Formats: sequence, C-alpha cells, structure tokens
Amino acid sequence: MKTREDLAVPKADFRSYYGRPVLKPPVWEWKIPAYLFTGGLAAGSALLAAGADLTGRPALRRATRLGSVGGLTASMVLLVADLGRPERFHHMLRVAKPTSPMSIGTWILVAFSPGSVLPAADELVPARWLPRDRWPGRLLTLAARPAGLSAALVAPGVASYTAALLAQTAVPAWNEARWELPFVFTGSAAASGAGLGLLAAPVTEAGPARRLAAVGAAGELAASRLIERNPALFARAYTTGRAHRMRRWSELLTAGGAVLAVTAGRRRRAAAAVAGLALLGGSALQRFGVFEAGQASTKDPRYVVVPQRERLDRRRLDRRAGDDDGDLRPAGPSRSG
Amino acid sequence: MIDAHSLYGPLPDPAADAGYHEHPRRVGFFTDTSVCIGCKACEVACKEWNNVPEDGLNLLGMSFDNTGMLGANSWRHVAFIEQDRRLGVQDVELEGLPTGPSASDQDAAVVAEALRHTKRGGGQLGTSPADLPFPSLPVVDGDGQPGSRDGLRWLMASDVCKHCTHAACLDVCPTGALFRTEFGTVVVQQNICNGCGYCVSACPYGVIDRRPDDGRAAKCTLCYDRLHGGLEPACAKACPTKSIQFGPLDELRERAAGRLSDLHEAGVPEARLYGEDPGDGVGGDGAFFLLLDEPEAYGLPPDPVVPTRNLAATWKATGLAAAALAAAAVSAFAGRPGRPGRGRR
Repeated sequence: MKTREDLAVPKADFRSYYGRPVLKPPVWEWKIPAYLFTGGLAAGSALLAAGADLTGRPALRRATRLGSVGGLTASMVLLVADLGRPERFHHMLRVAKPTSPMSIGTWILVAFSPGSVLPAADELVPARWLPRDRWPGRLLTLAARPAGLSAALVAPGVASYTAALLAQTAVPAWNEARWELPFVFTGSAAASGAGLGLLAAPVTEAGPARRLAAVGAAGELAASRLIERNPALFARAYTTGRAHRMRRWSELLTAGGAVLAVTAGRRRRAAAAVAGLALLGGSALQRFGVFEAGQASTKDPRYVVVPQRERLDRRRLDRRAGDDDGDLRPAGPSRSG
Repeated sequence: MIDAHSLYGPLPDPAADAGYHEHPRRVGFFTDTSVCIGCKACEVACKEWNNVPEDGLNLLGMSFDNTGMLGANSWRHVAFIEQDRRLGVQDVELEGLPTGPSASDQDAAVVAEALRHTKRGGGQLGTSPADLPFPSLPVVDGDGQPGSRDGLRWLMASDVCKHCTHAACLDVCPTGALFRTEFGTVVVQQNICNGCGYCVSACPYGVIDRRPDDGRAAKCTLCYDRLHGGLEPACAKACPTKSIQFGPLDELRERAAGRLSDLHEAGVPEARLYGEDPGDGVGGDGAFFLLLDEPEAYGLPPDPVVPTRNLAATWKATGLAAAALAAAAVSAFAGRPGRPGRGRR
C-alpha cells in the first residue's frame, strides 16, 4: 500500500496537512488559455494590419485586419463565458484599479476595440451596401487608417497585460515567472499574428510577417528557456507533466514554423502556409502549457510549502546570527520586538 | 489617505488607508488552537447565521475532519491532526499498554489517492463535494506490543479567512465587489461580484472560492451584519472554550502575547503565533492564530506574501515586453527595404 510519503513526488521533504493543496486551484477553465491565445492573435494581427496599411500591402492588410477583429470577438466571447455570472460582465467597467491587471486589461481591451472593429468593417462591408463615394462610406474608409493605428498603439498592451494578470496571483508557477512571462506572451502574440499573415497573404507581401515571426519566436523561446532553467522549485511545474509536454510541442512548432517561414516560406506559398499554421499551433500550445503549469503548482502543496519554509528558516538563521542572545524558541514566526 | 505601505509592509490603519475618515477600531479573531476541542460549533454557527450552503458530505479519512479546507461554502474549517507525541508534559497513560499506530495516516493516503484524480485535486473541498468512490479504508494491523506508542496528541484548529492587512483578493478584484469595511475587514458584495475568479487564484491562503451553482465568490465576512449590530461574530459566540476570541486587534495581540508566554512557561515550547506580525508578507492578519506545530502541518502557508508586493516589478516587466513587441513590429516593416516582400517580381 502506498503511504502518504510515497504519493508526493519525488520525496516528501516537507510537511503538509494530509498532502492536500494549500491554495485553491484556479477556477478558470480552458476558455482562459484559449483567450490568452486569441487575445495575442488579435494584438499581433493589429500590429501587422497597421503596418500593411501604411506600406501598401492590401492582401496582408485585409487578412490581419480580419484576424484582429476575429481574435477580439473570440476573446470577448471566451472572457464573458468564463465568468460565474456572464450577465454581469459590465461590472468590470465600474472601476479602474492598477492593482488589478484584470481591471487594467478590461480598459486596454476597451481602448483596443474600436481600432480593431472599424478597419475590419471597411474591409468587410461591400460597396453595394455602403457606397464609398457617399459620405457614410467615405467616412468609414477615412477612419479605417487612424483607427487601425490606434489599435496598433494599444496592441502591445493587449499582448502583454495577460502575463501581468497571471503573475499577480499566489499561483507559484505564474507569480515566480513574473519577469519572463510577459516576454513569452508578447513573443507568442507576435508569432501568432505573423503566422496568420503567412497563412493568408501572398509571399510577395508577407515579408514583414516573416520577420515578425522570426523575432517573436526567438523572443518567446528565449524567455521560455529562462523560466525552465531557473533553479527554483517553481520551474519544475514547467518541466514536468502535461505542461511540459504541451510546451515541448509548442517549442517545436514555433521554432520549426519560424525557420520554415524565413527559408522556403520566402518563395513558396505552400511552405509559408505550413509555417503559419505551425506558428499558430505553437502559440496556442504555449498558452495552454503555461496555464497548465500554474494549475499543477497549486495542486501540489510542495510548490507552496518548500520555498516558503526555506525563506522562513533562512530569515530565522539570519536573525539568530545577528542576535547574541540566540533566540532559541522553536520554529514558528517569531514575534517582532 | 495613501500610505507608503499601501501595497506592502506594516500598515497601522487599513480602514483609513481605504478612505474611511472616521471609523471604529480594527477588529479580528485570535484563534487559540491550544484550547480547541474540535466540536465544530464554529462551523455550524457560521453556516446557520450566514446561510452558507452545504459543501457536500464527504468521508475524507483525515481524523475527524470531513470538511477538508476552507471554501466558498465553508467559512470556518476545523483541522484535526493526530500525532504520536506528547503535548507539553501531559501523561496520556499509554505506557505499557498495547497500542497500535494511529490509522489516520493510512486512511488519509487512501482518500488522497482518489482525491488527486478529481478535477481540482482536492482544492474543491469546502466548496463542493469531492465525489469520491466510497473509500474502503484498511484496518490497521498494529503490532499491539506494549509500549509501541507512548505519546498522543490531537491537534485541532479552527481556520478562517485571515482578513489580511494587504488583501490580495481585494487588490485584484476587477469589479470592486471585494472591499475594505470600516472595521478593517474584507467583504464580498454579492450584488456586484460577477464571478471572474481572480480572487480565488490571488489568495495566498487558499480561502476564497467560487460557488459552482451560484457563480459568485464567497468567503467569511467576519459577520459584517452582526458587527453593525454590536454583536460578536457567530463562530466566536458559539465557541465553548474561547478558542475563538473576537475583539479589537491590538487588544487581541496583547492577549495572544500573554497566552504565548504562559504556554512557554508551562512547558509547551512548541507554541507559536501565526499571522500576528505586522511585518510579515501580508502586513499581518486580522485573524491570527496560536499554533502548536508548524503552520504547514495545519495546511497553512508558512510564509505567505501578497502578490502586490511585486506589483511594480510585474508592471515594469510587462511594459518592457510591450515596448519590445512594438519595436519588433516597427522594425519588421522598417527594416531592410527592397528585400523580398517589398519588391514585386
């Protein structure tokens, strides 16, 4: 029969209450990592769309404008559906709190939306319904470029705030990776937006998408490696179990997609499309992998107890070294003063 | 009034920091677990007064604890820990008797195995049933030799929301549903909460949770309604041994210091206070404890830290990453004019 000590991997070098979690595992379900992906896609696409608009790349512009609004719409649906009370989604608009990345993120999305929707409307609404030589149509076309630029201005915030959202929790795997996660997420957003551009635009127009794919993938992979190489215990949540498997596949797809994009993808449309799909898949798996690592780090009390116990013991040793009386009371937070 | 320690560190008056100009003294709980008898009157009184729904009937194999942990539907939780050692200098008169080992470790291991495979890995306890197949608990075949065990102590502790000086749940709440009361406590407004679940992941103690059927977050209110009526919270009122003491926080801290030195003098050196230090990672708890073992043995985090301590670093890293993305996008278009993609073939 297995004893409690056997159940905890790799060995029970810490104490806990019947091996039970100390923290509550996040109540968020698959919709949140899915949103992390669609939000990143919307941001990466909006950046490419503004650039394509300014540099005269109509096919890339159209694809990424639609990608931006598609990603945004999916994001909104996923975010509202994940609420315990979806009909109260607008309660998010009651306050603006810098201590709450979710609150800041709400306002970032509010700022992002018009710039994402208007240019896409200009692409989508046919001239038959909205003639561009009459004033409503002309207004839409006129507004499309500044609107798209405003979205591009906010897009880096859309891509990065989700990392702050995860880092500002007690979840060890997210909280401890607060320096690296934003770079993982912005890199992943760039790679996914670029992936869409590679998939939907001809190779003659997709040059910027290829370069963004290469830079984004490199940034994402480097930051991701920094997390895994961290000697602290939380990194184990990323290098073991399901999170590890998902992130290995993500790494393969992202690296492979980026390499393919800047080699065969420069000439052959089919290769570019395959590269685009790989980048999109890699970005999605990255988000699900990070999410899973966080979940795993709350379910095993080791991730909470071991680092906190070490910190506490170290502090007590320091205090004792500086105190000749030698506070010999047994373990436990000692009273100050 | 915004203090230099609004986000982290010692903060003498959290209610004033939250904007109350005139307010009553900060109140809280001092839970002295050395006199807890595990009657669970606090759990029952809390459920009765606050209309807290049932959290499921479980058999958890954790001594007499079938609640598991705090949750949306358990605002007080009594932990039970059986240990083969003496409490202080007490004589439990086991010497020479044929006593086998305690069954609780093995019972717990059987249930733990089943719990690990549930969706939230046991984290749902206190909120919803664990849905375990009925565990078949093994009969412990102790050797029954005289003297196989000469000590026995049964630790019981009533856990509750800590009403932190720096409350992570309140800091991250994007709707303002969680707020600081004039008493310095932390309460969820049920008519505002939209069930985003952020507070659940933010709490460093694993206290607050979302009700699956109702969709909103719920936790101890320190009986906000009773405080307005000049009454003490239901759990403290019901506690028959004064293990749960309610009062102004500074008075409770004095009383706890006295109790601690009494216990040390009486030969219980393992007694220690938990959560009473305003210099700790959450700025001190509004509800603190006297424990007889390390906090982690009770399922409490040994050195919890409010996530807002790292708020500045988090936003800095986020801003840098955003700037890097903007730079990458600009250079993707600006870089290398005339290369493939720009020129038409």
